[in-house]
Amino acid sequence: MSFLRRRKGTGSSKSPNFVGSKIEDGDGKKKLFESPGKKWSCWDSCCWFIGFICSMWWLLLLLYNTMPASIPQYVTEAITGPLTDSPGVKLRKEGLTVNHPVVFVPGIVTGGLELWEGHQCADGLFRKRLWGGTFGELYKRPLCWAQHMSLDNESGLDPPGIRVRPVSGLVAADYFAAGYFVWAVLIANLAQIGYEEKTMYMAAYDWRLSFQNTEVRDQTLSRMKSNIELLVATNGGKKVVVIPHSMGVLYFLHFMKWVEAPAPMGGGGGSDWCAKHIKAVMNIGGPFLGVPKSVSGLFSVEARDIAVARAFAPGFLDKDVFGLQTFQHLMRMTRTWDSTMSMIPKGGDTIWGGLDWSPEGQSFNCGAKRLRNNSINNIVQNANLNLADNVKSVNYGRIISFGKDVAEAHSSKIKRVDFQGAVNSVKLPNLTTSCDIWIEYHEIGNHRIKAVADYKVYTAGSILDLLHFVAPKLMARGGAHFSHGIADNLDDPKYQHYKYWSNPLETKLPNAPDMEIYSMYGVGIPTERAYVYKLNSGTDCSIPFQIDTSAEGGSEDSCLKGGVFSADGDETVPVLSAGFMCAKGWRGKTRFNPSGIRTYIREYSHAPPANLLEGRGTQSGAHVDIMGNFALIEDVIRVAAGATGKELGGDHVYSDIFKWAARINLQL
Amino acid sequence: MSLLRRRKPITESSDSKPLLEKEEEEHHQEDDDDDDEEGNGKNKKTPSKIKKKRGEKPPSKWSCLDTCCWFIGCICITWWLLLFLYNAMPASFPQYVTEAITGPLPDPPGVKLKKEGLEAKHPVVFVPGIVTGGLELWEGRECAEGLFRKRLWGGTFGDVYKRPLCWVEHMSLDNETGLDPCGIRVRPVSGLVAADYFAPGYFVWAVLIANLARIGYEEKTMYMAAYDWRLSFQNTEVRDQTLSRIKSNIELLVATNGGRKVVVIPHSMGVLYFLHFMKWVEAPAPMGGGGGPDWCSKHIKAVVNIGGPFLGVPKAIAGLFSAEAKDIAVARALAPGFLDNDIFQFQTLQHVMRMSRTWDSTMSMIPRGGDTIWGGLDWSPEDGYPCSKKRENDTQITDQAGADNAVCKARSANYGRIISFGKDVAEAPSSDIERIDFRGAIKGLSAANTTCRDVWTEYHDMGLAGIKAVAEYKTYTAESVVDLLHFVAPKMMARGTAHFSYGIADNLDDPKYKHYKYWSNPLETTLPNAPDMEIFSLYGVGLQTERAYVYKLSPHAECSIPFKIDTSADDEATCLRDGVYSVDGDETVPVLSAGFMCAKGWRGKTRFNPSGVRTYVREYDHSPPANLLEGRGTLSGAHVDIMGNFALIEDVIRIAAGASGKELGGDQVHSNIFNWSEKINLRLDNEAMQ
Repeated sequence: MSFLRRRKGTGSSKSPNFVGSKIEDGDGKKKLFESPGKKWSCWDSCCWFIGFICSMWWLLLLLYNTMPASIPQYVTEAITGPLTDSPGVKLRKEGLTVNHPVVFVPGIVTGGLELWEGHQCADGLFRKRLWGGTFGELYKRPLCWAQHMSLDNESGLDPPGIRVRPVSGLVAADYFAAGYFVWAVLIANLAQIGYEEKTMYMAAYDWRLSFQNTEVRDQTLSRMKSNIELLVATNGGKKVVVIPHSMGVLYFLHFMKWVEAPAPMGGGGGSDWCAKHIKAVMNIGGPFLGVPKSVSGLFSVEARDIAVARAFAPGFLDKDVFGLQTFQHLMRMTRTWDSTMSMIPKGGDTIWGGLDWSPEGQSFNCGAKRLRNNSINNIVQNANLNLADNVKSVNYGRIISFGKDVAEAHSSKIKRVDFQGAVNSVKLPNLTTSCDIWIEYHEIGNHRIKAVADYKVYTAGSILDLLHFVAPKLMARGGAHFSHGIADNLDDPKYQHYKYWSNPLETKLPNAPDMEIYSMYGVGIPTERAYVYKLNSGTDCSIPFQIDTSAEGGSEDSCLKGGVFSADGDETVPVLSAGFMCAKGWRGKTRFNPSGIRTYIREYSHAPPANLLEGRGTQSGAHVDIMGNFALIEDVIRVAAGATGKELGGDHVYSDIFKWAARINLQL
Repeated sequence: MSLLRRRKPITESSDSKPLLEKEEEEHHQEDDDDDDEEGNGKNKKTPSKIKKKRGEKPPSKWSCLDTCCWFIGCICITWWLLLFLYNAMPASFPQYVTEAITGPLPDPPGVKLKKEGLEAKHPVVFVPGIVTGGLELWEGRECAEGLFRKRLWGGTFGDVYKRPLCWVEHMSLDNETGLDPCGIRVRPVSGLVAADYFAPGYFVWAVLIANLARIGYEEKTMYMAAYDWRLSFQNTEVRDQTLSRIKSNIELLVATNGGRKVVVIPHSMGVLYFLHFMKWVEAPAPMGGGGGPDWCSKHIKAVVNIGGPFLGVPKAIAGLFSAEAKDIAVARALAPGFLDNDIFQFQTLQHVMRMSRTWDSTMSMIPRGGDTIWGGLDWSPEDGYPCSKKRENDTQITDQAGADNAVCKARSANYGRIISFGKDVAEAPSSDIERIDFRGAIKGLSAANTTCRDVWTEYHDMGLAGIKAVAEYKTYTAESVVDLLHFVAPKMMARGTAHFSYGIADNLDDPKYKHYKYWSNPLETTLPNAPDMEIFSLYGVGLQTERAYVYKLSPHAECSIPFKIDTSADDEATCLRDGVYSVDGDETVPVLSAGFMCAKGWRGKTRFNPSGVRTYVREYDHSPPANLLEGRGTLSGAHVDIMGNFALIEDVIRIAAGASGKELGGDQVHSNIFNWSEKINLRLDNEAMQ
């Protein structure tokens, strides 16, 4: 009997689409039991049909299980021709072996979080993943889930009675969800040349917290320091290769300052800690200067990009699981996460462009980038020059414009009314109890909302003012942990405060002339860069601003689609943010890089997977999928096995990053 | 609502009739398919077959196959219905049922102590034992494709069933070096997941972790010192730098928790591993960790040993000697039930034996201290243990007087004779036994063993003469058992003695004791100089634990192991059952091994404990779960199940929250451990020697 039941288990879990029809057949079946032989009723048909399907299903399952493991590969090879060796296998044949220990620093969203203490509603979830894995609980008890994933909106730490902690170990971020790899492919390839857990370390941290708070609450930075020291000590003094991804890049910048700063604020490692322990930092898709996406996320949790969270994990938060008021719930949750504020664009107008200019403005052609064939890149470049006359240049500097006409008009024609002085008017009485959700828009009132819209257009510099204006509490917390400016004088003692540590424009790199910094990122995918907004014809409880999705560019080639201006990038981080520091800000001996650490830019041009069998592709340039890019993995392995940037071939560039960087007028 | 919606298909089902008829036509062709499936389906289809035969001849349209499908459909439907109900059931429902049957459950210790106001204080370090830690594959042969970073040991053990020989090959170590075989890397899982559950639903540390979390512990204050339990202790450092990792992590725990020292909780073989660690960490580099002579006193508040086989376990001998059926190898011995099935088909025992013999760590549990501790031919510390009394649940009554009476009435077992050939030998007075020394015996040439080539066990090198010589020595005490193992498995023991030692030190200051092979033997090392440290020994009592064996020669077949436990030997009065003499313990570790060091060897200032580290013995009397709903019980004293014992968990939490041994109530003893320790004549003070 017992094996019978088990069988049912597999059957039902594998064929959930049948569940619907048979619940009620349960009753029918009883009737039938009395007279199975009499007549061929519809109950019989049902039962027969289900039985038949189950049998077939089991048969297929059996065949599938007995099938040799290599069959899928044969099929793929038959269709696409022989597969190339994975980089690990290839390099192993070249004779590469383990050399430097590696440290992974995962980004926002990709790290798993698990429950250690919760309210009643989260009973039975002890040490189960709330974030990452299957997200089963998100569907079963969405409000409970949102409550546990939120942080305290005053302190930015745990709410009382709730402890959600990062998962530790390689499992923390190898797969984000079942089958959706993040670090797994890289780990597997490193293992091919001999890496194992004693030479790899996943520096998992709670990505919801501000960077310094991870140390305050979990001592994560201390752990990282201790583990890196252990890796160096147990591997014969070989320095580590650090591989941060996405927000992990900023986190590791913060770490490098923290570890050399004196205790108690810092780690007290001494001024040569980095020089002694780090061989190279290989940043993957690093938003060094922030991402415009985070602005729209914070400002309006916008539909195309529900919150920063959704922006980085496409597909998972798309569903309407929260029932009503989805956006507000999400907004409330994500706004308690201080880390999202680390990615507000940094450097203001100097970097991101003003009303009438932007680094990318004149030369980037959106249409050309859509071309799939990247091998004809030279032709594209030429075409670019020709097209530049025809295509109107885009005002990327205007990160938020109210109305498409404003976005395209010349700056002299825009009438702007300053919003800063607007008085906080009396709120509309919101008697409707449905508005119990905490978002600060309810405290602003109509006048101020109008004032915001009347300012018409916001550049990277004024965006900060805008966020301070619409969400003062949020930004007050953020301002204590992050800074988004450019330092005039880096020796100013105020820059010893931790809030500047994650901003590359307000800190110096450590004194480690032998270290190397790589910036590796994908290019060739349109990436959000600026937005056209409109006022929402507001009901009481909704967010008053919305991306104007009706704003479309004139032609196929236009950069404006659905209210969003795109530029070159990896779908999340624009090239400018990922590449500028290594292309110019830190290149050679600059004031941001006093010891002359060598920097290298490695771009990977995006090519979508040729067919479905390839999954997420081995040549992808997308923000997360790039972790499975064979060329990138090969570069990483070579460096881990001891190669220098020069041996790798130095810079490797597809985009116009050097041209754009040259246009930025930053004192170096 | 949702149920209502689902009712719709009723009408649709009539629509689907034509379709069904079509399929009916088809099913004649598919007849063969289905029959095949029934054949392939490994009995899966038998119930429907039965139904097919039993069911009365169906009317013309109603064929066998229809009945079949119909039947399966019905079962599926009910199953899904139940599954749906189960999922829709509130999570607290099982608890209600349990409470209704057994009365209200007591609060788990974590909740209870939280109410008392206890909070997380000292960071804790778990040191798992043999077998309970997970192992995963990092590099393997062709046959293990697709198993990268999947668990080979622990978890579901799915691959043992799917590809047993491949699995054995990957789990084995190199039999020369005791390290990885060429091209295979199997590594311990790290983190709390390494040993929280051994297999789904079979907890090891999970209950303790959950209860600690109640009073505020989390991953920054807990650390699982997972290591590869197949390796000898020093080799874990050589290959994986595990000892260095433990040192670094303990230092980190102390540093990030405001200088509070750690509470270490080793279980089973982890106890020996941690003894080794304490010596290693203070020894100078390169052999040791170079932490300096006060490392332990600076970093460790208490060592809370759970079920520690300080002096080894007799089970290990049966495992190594004959991989015995009742105890297939040490592996099976400690994880009952998992290797029981005949999954290896042919030559099961040899395969398992070959595998477990490559694991050096199993040799760490051979009984130590020889005849001084375990008893000689005619005496043993436990003499007079009334084994039938122990069956009764209330052992408290078993006071000394009762035990003395029992001695007069019942013959006592000669526990000292760990292996006897024949029951008569086991019971005879020593003067009646004629022994012929086996040590000089020449191992005969082995018969041509072409069939057994592929299975490596050293018995094939011994030949008939050697086997006979072993049997003629008749009976073996703890000391001669080591010689015996050297005789029957010289290669294995050569590896073993390079890493472990089983003697008693005469002079602990002898420089030879600086070698790592002595570090895990409490009788050949001194405790660290840490007067503030406390050592607890927590273990279960009240269960029958293997202590000595009656063997016989097995009728000689070419490929089988020549010795076998004589399962026909039974004697109620002397605790002899199926060829095994039992004594009090936790089913794996006898009380003597778990308790002696803390009860006597280290009690006060002795030569093994020069700084006077305080020791406490805490025993937990076994009582089986009252009913099935309780699972593995909250009062269990069994070797692994004790990790869910509420009283033990409470003690551990109190210590972690800052209590000292005295505040806990000092010793708590149910067995006769103090009496038995008395009988052991072990020199404890240094001066007496001079």
